[in-house]
Amino acid sequence: MQKQSVFHSPLLPFLLIAPQVGIVLVFFYWPALQAVWQSFLLQDAFGLSTTFVAFENYAELLQQPEYFNAIVRTFAFSALIAGSSLSFALLLAVMADKPLRGVGLYRTLLIWPYAVAPAVAGVLWMFMLHPSLGVLARGLRNMGLDWNPLLNGNHAVILVVLAAAWKQISYNFLFFLAGLQSIPKSVLEAAAIDGAGPMRRFWTVTFPLLTPTIFFLIVVNIVYAFFDTFGIIDAMTGGGPAKSTETLVYKVYLDGLLGGNLGSSAAQSVLLMVIVIGLTAIQFRYVERKVTY
Amino acid sequence: MVERQGIRGLVAHLILWVGIAVVAFPVYLAFVASTQDAASIANGQMSLLPGGHFLETYTRTIFVGTSGSTREPVGVMLFNSLVMALVIALGKIAISILSAYAIVYFRFPFRMWIFWMIFITLMLPVEVRIYPTYKIAADLNMLDSYAGLTLPLIASATATLLFRQFFMTVPDELLEASRIDGAGPLRFFWDTLLPLSRTNIAALFVILFIYGWNQYLWPLLITTRDDMQTIVIGIRKMITTSDALTEWPMVMATAVLAMLPPVLVVIVMQRLFVHGLVETEK
Amino acid sequence: MSNVTLRNVRKTYPGGVEAIKGIDFAVDDGQFCVLVGPSGCGKSTLLRMVAGLETITKGEIDIGGRVVNDIEPADRDIAMVFQNYALYPHMSVYNNMAYGLRNRGMPKPEIDTRVREAARILEIGALLERKPRQLSGGQRQRVAMGRAIVRQPKVFLFDEPLSNLDAKLRIAMRVEIRKLQRRLNTTSIYVTHDQLEAMTLADILVVMNGGMVEQIGNPLEVYRKPASTFVASFIGAPPMNLITLDADEIRAQFSGDARANTEAGILGIRPEDLLISTEAAASGGLSLDLVVDAIERVGAETFVYGARARHGEPAISARPGELPPGEVIVRVPGQNAPAVGERIMVTAPRERLHLFSADGRRRIDL
Repeated sequence: MQKQSVFHSPLLPFLLIAPQVGIVLVFFYWPALQAVWQSFLLQDAFGLSTTFVAFENYAELLQQPEYFNAIVRTFAFSALIAGSSLSFALLLAVMADKPLRGVGLYRTLLIWPYAVAPAVAGVLWMFMLHPSLGVLARGLRNMGLDWNPLLNGNHAVILVVLAAAWKQISYNFLFFLAGLQSIPKSVLEAAAIDGAGPMRRFWTVTFPLLTPTIFFLIVVNIVYAFFDTFGIIDAMTGGGPAKSTETLVYKVYLDGLLGGNLGSSAAQSVLLMVIVIGLTAIQFRYVERKVTY
Repeated sequence: MVERQGIRGLVAHLILWVGIAVVAFPVYLAFVASTQDAASIANGQMSLLPGGHFLETYTRTIFVGTSGSTREPVGVMLFNSLVMALVIALGKIAISILSAYAIVYFRFPFRMWIFWMIFITLMLPVEVRIYPTYKIAADLNMLDSYAGLTLPLIASATATLLFRQFFMTVPDELLEASRIDGAGPLRFFWDTLLPLSRTNIAALFVILFIYGWNQYLWPLLITTRDDMQTIVIGIRKMITTSDALTEWPMVMATAVLAMLPPVLVVIVMQRLFVHGLVETEK
Repeated sequence: MSNVTLRNVRKTYPGGVEAIKGIDFAVDDGQFCVLVGPSGCGKSTLLRMVAGLETITKGEIDIGGRVVNDIEPADRDIAMVFQNYALYPHMSVYNNMAYGLRNRGMPKPEIDTRVREAARILEIGALLERKPRQLSGGQRQRVAMGRAIVRQPKVFLFDEPLSNLDAKLRIAMRVEIRKLQRRLNTTSIYVTHDQLEAMTLADILVVMNGGMVEQIGNPLEVYRKPASTFVASFIGAPPMNLITLDADEIRAQFSGDARANTEAGILGIRPEDLLISTEAAASGGLSLDLVVDAIERVGAETFVYGARARHGEPAISARPGELPPGEVIVRVPGQNAPAVGERIMVTAPRERLHLFSADGRRRIDL
């Protein structure tokens, strides 16, 4: 945790740490506490009076089928995004881990989408699959599919998942590749000598040794699906049609934007914090990663 | 390992190229769209090959802007994004390296308290505390200012932890040798620790620059004036609800311009990028 | 004058662990003092206390007539060579050496003169523009020495400076350090766990154990007259054979010597003092019957490991990890040695025997 040999100075460490502590206090703890405090308050419609209502906001929130739906929807989104992006990235990483010519080039060409902003990714995919002008939508219609994510909720979900998964491929690819490269070649060689073919080697040796990376990426992808998809959703669907793409974070945003119920919005924020803290705890607890590069 | 390459190698190459095509196609399409005229896009008859409007679209996008919802030229937005990304990246690095230095190299009261206080912020992304933070920024008169755009995003437990971890690997003897050589805390920091952290700083810069550039929700709330918009927000506002008014070639040109700086950073500084990504996630 | 004097120096860590339990010794101007002992004995801590890198809980450290307890390392007028060299990885060799001088505000031309002179002495003049990572282990070691000597300090402190080098280089550098120290005539304190280094380098040898000094003295004197069984087994390789004797056996062995008469004790014989012989030792000497159970030939000499043969002989004790219990090592010059399984007799004359109190902490002079 700390060095054996340290400097001694009464004032300097505090000066060094002051900027960070200041910002953390003003922009993290103060708002977080306010959120917690507000979640216990109820404001009347005109914002004239506030009363302390303890957990009423929470109770009301959890009784709303709408909120419950948003929770289910968010987890479904997470599962779809993580599942599709991880499997595709794993396939690519396994291929790129082979001793092929030009692997360095492949890697470069596969990692750059990491740098694309989620909102921009949303715009790109929206443009491709836009019901009236999208190039791919044209193809789908020619195949007899009535593709319209602006009206059809399922289509909107698919659209958001595609864009979100697309953007996350490069991240997952990089970590899978790092994980694969950290598997000692001698283990695979031993398996080969033991008579295991390439497919068998993958499922009996590589995959089990990759599980720490997989667990880690699942958590990261869930967190990503929770928060970073905000830009994608806002750029593509605005939560619609008919709330079919309204995730928890998006709901906090919309409810707050409409300005209506501050207490309920705060309670939502607090519940989100609890979920994030839970996810982070899982990440620390179960994910003993050894990624070497 | 000796392995029959032949067909299997071919399949691997094929899969990788399919992957690259999937990854690149949306961007290619955006670029193609940005070089064509608005009419052929709007009627859904867009060609898959670049058109001849490249210069026209891009000059108009950068210097004039759309006539629709946002009237600011994209050049202004690019500048705003650049300022935001740079301030966030450099600010995070500066305050994190200082606080990590204090935590690792000094013994002082409440040291562990402060460490945990910073550490816990890892678990509070800006999205979960968005409105209270907005209110504080508003109370501090920070709306529509670069300070408001960047300061709340500057505090970062990740960077502090990364530097802390790196400092722990610096041999104690370097500090001791410096003390014998007559260097005090600030001089040791400046002459030895900072130069040794160069790679980590650069790697972190790459990651944080991308992080800052791609911010969406916070700038969306904090900026109301068009001339304070970042490019990522700008694109969104160019797409109007009634499709007829959306100037798609310019939207796509803006998308290309919004992607260009961070993507270039990743490609040009690939080694640092990978290093930074792997390190910050530890 | 740059003598170093330690007066009842103690170190207790905040947790209550006592690392240094009261140490007194003095190193005269220009002397080469070696602190030797097993790992964890406190020798490095003590050195770091002299350097000012560890606080002194109690007692005084005096450098050149000035108590330095509360003086910063930089102001103690010492220079230190670290075990891992602690070279600044981002600075050239030249800057590594110049850094401490610059921090003291020395004029540039003088820094340059000193650095080049040190580089010349250490034969690293051609490496001045290189970075530490471009140097071999031996070269890094020289740079670390260079960084110390440009300062022209009152005292050099060495913290196991050779332990990261391979065996051959270690011997070469050992000789060089000694020559350099003679040439510069700078008071030096050198920490090592290697008794051979200690023996060859020291003017004054301080053997430490468990945070205390076991013995201080000229190396040969320490070798000839170890003050405790700890010193006896630590200095000299292979270590001294130690045999526990009860009071009767002491009386039998040392009959007529009043000093050895009263209690049980430990008998010590160095392996090289044992002779393979066909007849028993002269009066007062030691004779042992052994069955040879292992032979190690290293060329110039041979080590014979034997178990005590005659039933009813006193058991042989050994410190754990040093000698298999019940075994005696005999050092034989050349390559002629008995065969494994053979019965031999070894003898040692009276004047080569050492006697220690039963707890091993005290030497009984005969």
